[in-house]
Amino acid sequence: MINELIEMFSNDFMIRALIGGTLVSLCASLLGVSLVLKRYSMIGDGLSHVGFGALAVASAIGAAAPLQIAIPVVVIAAFFLLRISENGKIKGDAAIALISTSALAVGITVASVSGLNTDINSYLFGSIIAMDTGDVVFCSILSVFILIMFVFFYNKIFAVTFDENFARATGTKAGVYNMIIALLTALTIVVGMKMMGSMLISSLIIFPAVISMRVCSRFKTVIITSASVSVLCFFIGLTSSYTYSAPTGASIVIVNMIALLIAIVIGKFVKKRR
Amino acid sequence: MGVLIECKELAFSYEDVDVIKDLSFTISEGDYLCIVGENGSGKSTLTKGLLGLKSPDKGKIIFSDNLKKKDIGYLPQQTPAQKDFPASVFEVVLSGRLNSRGLRPFYSKADKMTAHENIHKLGIEELMKRSYRDLSGGQQQRVLLARALCAGKKLLFLDEPVTGLDPIVTEEMYRLIEDLNKTDKITIVMVSHDIKSAARYATHILHLNSEKSFFGTTQQYINSPLGQYFFGEV
Ligand SMILES: Nc1ncnc2c1ncn2[C@@H]1O[C@H](COP(=O)(O)OP(=O)(O)OP(=O)(O)O)[C@@H](O)[C@H]1O
Ligand SMILES: [Mg+2]
Repeated sequence: MINELIEMFSNDFMIRALIGGTLVSLCASLLGVSLVLKRYSMIGDGLSHVGFGALAVASAIGAAAPLQIAIPVVVIAAFFLLRISENGKIKGDAAIALISTSALAVGITVASVSGLNTDINSYLFGSIIAMDTGDVVFCSILSVFILIMFVFFYNKIFAVTFDENFARATGTKAGVYNMIIALLTALTIVVGMKMMGSMLISSLIIFPAVISMRVCSRFKTVIITSASVSVLCFFIGLTSSYTYSAPTGASIVIVNMIALLIAIVIGKFVKKRR
Repeated sequence: MGVLIECKELAFSYEDVDVIKDLSFTISEGDYLCIVGENGSGKSTLTKGLLGLKSPDKGKIIFSDNLKKKDIGYLPQQTPAQKDFPASVFEVVLSGRLNSRGLRPFYSKADKMTAHENIHKLGIEELMKRSYRDLSGGQQQRVLLARALCAGKKLLFLDEPVTGLDPIVTEEMYRLIEDLNKTDKITIVMVSHDIKSAARYATHILHLNSEKSFFGTTQQYINSPLGQYFFGEV
């Protein structure tokens, strides 16, 4: 077992995947708690599709750094989707679905017309060998930035997640902190997209949060559990994807699925005891 | 007694529907104001206006110079999403201190002390470590009131604080609010459906009505045509 792991991580690409993936899993799981509780899960999903569209277009026009180009597009989309969900006048979820499918359609069309067919697959479903050293450095810097921001704004994020109106009424600039949550989510999605694939990246945001809410009842423990579960599931998913040459993103989601089933059972048990 | 908030000829509307027209009243230090009126008369809309969550179409809301946003506490109507929120009682109460933190990221010892004091004041010490989502409606209401007290000590807005509570807990809640008003000298603005209790505790009444709203002291209200309708000949 140990020997297998040592052999596995003697590959440079596995080390890169491990570093990048762990950081992305951490960021996604922390933000996920707030997004799920605010009923913003669909925003994460929508953003990942917008990210795919942006990546595909950027690669098609031969941009040197497609990931970096995708960032501003996804950030702008995040603010936009946030506005749609906030004012609630148009059917928010329908609008998000419209935007995300449109972005997906544009991305696929542009990519296949310009002959990027091999890349499409890895953008959509992720790839363990997708990250080069430059990507890892870029991802690490962004992830560390996201983590610092999250810790710094932790109490504010709690307040606007629990009760936005109260926060606003008593003089907290809830709008600003919503924007910060949206910004960090957008960054996380761009950072994770290459490995997880845009179809599956939102699962990194949603699964760990839902899992930890099943078993924990304090916000701080929910956050800590969510982060631990996320990193653990990522590690198991990554290694099994290597062992069985299964797609990385999908393996990680399946591990999360199993974790959720376990959490549901534990949750029932904990409830009964109380 | 100084004036805290003065409202002049306020009007609120949604899209093209006017909800409140030409409403003037004042809230002074130490008042216990009850806002009553039938469903859809605009009580929640007015509360949102006073809290700065919705801006008026016409008229002015003038805050006195010594009333800052961070002097205001607020007990909102609970949203369904909150009812099963995974947070401990202490985390919820402490979050009321956020408005005095500014950009500083973490709570101080003093903030935690204040949270403990308010938890003690509302008699919910045993609940402190419990999860908010496992509490009964009345317990949750007390937790939110403790949070409101952490946020502001001058003016407290309460939006239907007794809805869904049983008669005994309702009575306790009213006593608690009366005590905050009398002993701690906190100005109270309460939205309520319960006109009889409102008249018993409040010093002033604002009755919203699509034809003619009423604002005045409780005694004036009881003698007014609107009051007579509810109280008969007194
Ligand atoms: N977001 C909104 N968009 C459009 N109209 C609204 C909105 N919120 C409230 N209204 C309308 O404004 C009017 C006043 O609503 P409001 O919620 O202020 O009444 P209320 O006095 O609080 O009623 P209740 O006693 O039922 O709580 C109602 O006719 C309502 O339909
Ligand atoms: Mg209302």
